[in-house]
Amino acid sequence: MTHDLIVLGAGPAGANAALAAAQAGLKVALLDEQDGAGGQVWRQPLPGLTGLPVSAEARSGDALRAEISASSVDLRLSRRIWSVGGRFRVDALGPQGNETVEAPSLIAATGAHERVVPFPGWTLPGVIGLAAATVLIKSQGVTPGRKVVVAGCGPLLVAVAAGILKLGGDVAGIVDLAGRRDWLAALPSLATQPELLGRGLGWAVKIGAGRVPVYFGHAVKAAQGEHALERIVIAPVGRDGAYASGPDITLETDALCIGHGLVPGAEVTKLLRAEHRFDRLRGGFVPVLDAYGRTTVERLLACGDGAGLRGAIIAEQAGRLAGLAAAHDAGVVPADRFAQIADPILAAISRARPFSDAMAGIMALRPAQVAAIAPETVVCRCEDVTRGEIDAAHEAGAHDLNQLKHFTRCGMGPCQGRMCGDVAAELLASKVGSREQAGYWTGRPPLRPVPFDALMGAFDYSDIPIPEPAPL
Amino acid sequence: MKRLVQDERPLVAIMVDGDSISARAGDPLATALALAGRLRLRASPNAGAPRGAFCHMGVCQECLLHVDGALRQACLTPVRAGMAVELRGVP
Ligand SMILES: Cc1cc2nc3c(=O)[nH]c(=O)nc-3n(C[C@H](O)[C@H](O)[C@H](O)COP(=O)(O)OP(=O)(O)OC[C@H]3O[C@@H](n4cnc5c(N)ncnc54)[C@H](O)[C@@H]3O)c2cc1C
Repeated sequence: MTHDLIVLGAGPAGANAALAAAQAGLKVALLDEQDGAGGQVWRQPLPGLTGLPVSAEARSGDALRAEISASSVDLRLSRRIWSVGGRFRVDALGPQGNETVEAPSLIAATGAHERVVPFPGWTLPGVIGLAAATVLIKSQGVTPGRKVVVAGCGPLLVAVAAGILKLGGDVAGIVDLAGRRDWLAALPSLATQPELLGRGLGWAVKIGAGRVPVYFGHAVKAAQGEHALERIVIAPVGRDGAYASGPDITLETDALCIGHGLVPGAEVTKLLRAEHRFDRLRGGFVPVLDAYGRTTVERLLACGDGAGLRGAIIAEQAGRLAGLAAAHDAGVVPADRFAQIADPILAAISRARPFSDAMAGIMALRPAQVAAIAPETVVCRCEDVTRGEIDAAHEAGAHDLNQLKHFTRCGMGPCQGRMCGDVAAELLASKVGSREQAGYWTGRPPLRPVPFDALMGAFDYSDIPIPEPAPL
Repeated sequence: MKRLVQDERPLVAIMVDGDSISARAGDPLATALALAGRLRLRASPNAGAPRGAFCHMGVCQECLLHVDGALRQACLTPVRAGMAVELRGVP
């Protein structure tokens, strides 16, 4: 064994898990494919790009990165984790080729990725994810287009619009699936985190001052253009996310940033066959955890958005808790000391919960929005599988997500079903009765695509050892 | 796409399907190509429809292209001087 504990993902959850465990005395390896710790929310700016505006998030990220470098954590960046097996062996592809680490304990903290509910034209160049836009704005100082439309639901909407305005860019409109009433209903819960609510209101003021039109209770019906995006058509929707009656509006735009919440990247716990359950508020199938982050597989823990969406604040706390629990299970933290440190963290998580639940509620998938997808709309981008083909496969006997994959190749392409999986499952669930019935893709290596040449290195035919022929 | 902050990183030349394009060293290739006005990176496998970078975080695989002969994700590949990029099969 090379380490006592391996932590996968160096976002707020994984980094804090690694720090807590290292502080307790474990030898910890922390792996991430990005070239700086901080994860999605505290993503490190591109090296050498000094002109980026300073934000609260950038400061939190810098503080975390400093804390890690001052610690004993063995931080391994630019490592794409592609295989996790045994108890436990992790293989990651890094700058020097494949690398293996081994430890008796593992914490999965791989974060979330974006959900986009398909509509005609969503595959056109110029249409990008809402979370994608945060990457461009925060770490690259780039606006996605000259006249950007920001659409979908959740807190990233205002964050992206305000981020573009702050950089000096132009936002042609905000199309919010949620209505004013939904935001008002969430307000009391949001007010439990005055600092974050304040930040959100600051964004709202910036958007107001920028005279950006906001279309509450609207959704993008179509994106149009010949080779790339030229315009979008939006239409009113009801509270359930289905199209309501009302006039279509056309907006000229060269960049549409659209997202409908996040999906937990629970692929490591699925691969290791931990038990999972469906939780709509938490974004999909999530590992069954105890209060400290232990899964149903011994010495395997999970924390952060990859274990269920709860946002950055809880990700940090849940990370600390999981790191501490791993150290306790390894026998280096006695029970009384464990409780002494863990109890205040549990209390902090309870305090953060109303805010986190309200945000998650606004981002959760709306079944009626999925039901409204037109038959000819592409659902699986990798394999060009349409909704109509998914419906037909169900008619022909595909009754769970893995069968659907075999019938249609939906989810079989290079993104490994990350982009379409949640929506495909929801489509199937509407026919087979529940998300539990529809199930989830079986976790399999490689966790992420890895180029074969990078794993194999360069070699000639003459380098291949050929055994001596057996004597006659 | 447009960069809105001061950028003092060196400009380097990269080859895209035989054309020389100038880009900032260290920019993700997907961003560099978009800044140069190249949004279409490939054609979808069945319908042959135009596609470009979508998630910018290494998940969706829409920005797959060839760099110096090997298949790479443009959003995760930093620009290096002289890299040869091929957009095979763009309509
Ligand atoms: C693109 C994006 C932007 C977001 N922006 C915001 C925002 O502006 N504000 C906000 O409050 N919330 C934002 N969120 C929500 C965010 O996920 C959480 O608030 C917070 O980042 C969760 O922390 P985490 O540690 O659980 O996950 P993350 O921060 O996502 O960290 C997970 C880490 O795991 C790494 N990883 C995953 N799989 C692999 C692999 N196979 N190999 C190697 N490394 C891997 C990733 O590179 C990442 O660094 C965003 C989410 C996304 C996806």
